Amino acid sequence: MPGPISHSKIEPDSFTPFRRCSSSASCKIEVPMMQKKTVPEMQVIAKRMRREIIEMIGAAKSGHPGGSLSAVELVVTLYFNEMRHDPANPKWADRDRFILSKGHAAPVLYAAMAESGYTPLDQLNTLRKLGSIYQGHPDVRFIPSLEASTGSLGEGVSLALGMALAARLNASPSRTYVMLGDGEIQEGQVWESAMFGAFHKVDNVVAIVDYNGIQLDGFVKDIMEVKPLADKWRAFGWHAIEINGHDIPAIQAAFQEAAGTKGVPTAIIAHTIKGKGVSFMENNPKFHGTAPTPDEVKLALQELQ
Amino acid sequence: MIPTKTKFDLKLGMATREAFGKALVEAGRRNKDVVVCDADLSKSTYTSLFHHEFPDRFFSCGIAEANMVAIAAGFAYAGKIPVAASFSCFVVNKGFEQLRVTVAYPKLNVKIVGTHSGISIGEDGPSQMSVEETALACSLPGFVVLSPADEVSTTALVHAAIDHVGPVFIRTGRMKAPVIYPAEQKFEIGKAVELIDGSDVTVIATGLLVAEAIRAQEALEAEGISVRVIDFHTVKPLDRETITRAAAETGAIVVAEEHLIDGGLGVRVAQAVAETHPCVMEFVGLHDTYAESGSPEQLLDKYGLISRDVIAAVHRALARKK
Repeated sequence: MPGPISHSKIEPDSFTPFRRCSSSASCKIEVPMMQKKTVPEMQVIAKRMRREIIEMIGAAKSGHPGGSLSAVELVVTLYFNEMRHDPANPKWADRDRFILSKGHAAPVLYAAMAESGYTPLDQLNTLRKLGSIYQGHPDVRFIPSLEASTGSLGEGVSLALGMALAARLNASPSRTYVMLGDGEIQEGQVWESAMFGAFHKVDNVVAIVDYNGIQLDGFVKDIMEVKPLADKWRAFGWHAIEINGHDIPAIQAAFQEAAGTKGVPTAIIAHTIKGKGVSFMENNPKFHGTAPTPDEVKLALQELQ
Repeated sequence: MIPTKTKFDLKLGMATREAFGKALVEAGRRNKDVVVCDADLSKSTYTSLFHHEFPDRFFSCGIAEANMVAIAAGFAYAGKIPVAASFSCFVVNKGFEQLRVTVAYPKLNVKIVGTHSGISIGEDGPSQMSVEETALACSLPGFVVLSPADEVSTTALVHAAIDHVGPVFIRTGRMKAPVIYPAEQKFEIGKAVELIDGSDVTVIATGLLVAEAIRAQEALEAEGISVRVIDFHTVKPLDRETITRAAAETGAIVVAEEHLIDGGLGVRVAQAVAETHPCVMEFVGLHDTYAESGSPEQLLDKYGLISRDVIAAVHRALARKK
């Protein structure tokens, strides 16, 4: 098992010079945080991450491209605009946290973490190989700056709620974001955790459902329909917002609305396209869990120029 | 370890679940990072005591054990020391997937406490009886598994569990348990306590069966059989040194537990014996069966978990030893 990754080689230019964290009594030190990127900058990063996702899954010859590509804009907006976090200080107590409950979409998370400076960009293509820090599903033993090990569906919201309640006890401004798949919400634990979150008024948690309509065996509507999705979350006491999950300004607005929502947790139902950005992968159930062939990788990368 | 005393009056004390609830309050006073999760059984698990004193650090999870275990994992990720409690059968069985992926796999500092373990819960019957959780908990890499016999050891081991960094499961019972230890007895995770020295045979017992082993020893002594009695309050990690010494010095080992024999303490001890100093072994426990409703005393008698059964196992072991 590789040891903890060194976070010391971060380029200082990638940060704003020391911004004061003033919203918490417990946060007295000045900390550098990720610079907020503009929408056009995020769109550029998103396209680069899509290429990285295709390349790493192609090199691994296995993995889940569809649900990684559908979540790109959501994850980019979190890591490069919304979350208060610091790759040079990954265990900063008051940071915002992100949990990828749909752990099979690990490539989108790895691309975002590498682009942020948490982990090496040049090792992304070791994905899923023996000894790689980029394990098949996110694993904190290999990447200590990950917020949680995931991979068994249905568990992430519970983890997020525990973290968020710890932040509340510590009077910390930390917010926790957790991304679920739409197929994932078929798991009963999701609804146990939804009840818990509303009951305990955990308003520093945001659940994001990557609503791409496809799961491993086919279309969600044919496997186990989850409609009406927003109404389900509302019935469980959450504030629900429906957006186009590829529209970065809409994603930013939803996060802002969530931050202003007090007394209840927020669920963002993000309508997305599975395989987004690669024509032959879009809305194609085959690419839930199948790697592109070398020819398909070439074709996909041409489309993502 | 030197025997703590030679005569045991075995007066009934608190149930180990009650001792847990009281120790938890003390742990909460000592350490403000301790938080407690419960699944609608706080009056039975005695976490209600913690709730009463620390309402802000107590989290009602409703009847949803899977979520409760993962909520505890979330607390641990954020640096808290969560204690999640329910009946053993519910928290371990319904929460097992979460114990595996959200607690054991990232090796988080989560404490799981199961109450109402074994068949001695009595009248409620097998759906509420936990007879497999030692096997399940021990199968989780990195977990410490504790099974205290009385209120003194429970209190000490609850504090040891809170101080230990890493996942711990504590198995406690519903019935009032005979007091075995003096209040000042010290306990260490992973270090068994030799209660009575002996040379013909060793009885290794855990939980409620420790008192039965002591009763068996008193009867066997009258027959002229010298019995060593050891309390294995820690099922994992196993005190292999004590086992090896018992195997070498007494040549026969009986293991007694209120659990299925499959996957229980006995099987774990047998593995250590096989790997270090093979000797004759016999097992007292549940033989591939669930129990039924009845009084705790009736059930322990019917399913072969009293001193009579330990005595019989010792006789079998000694017959084979010759």
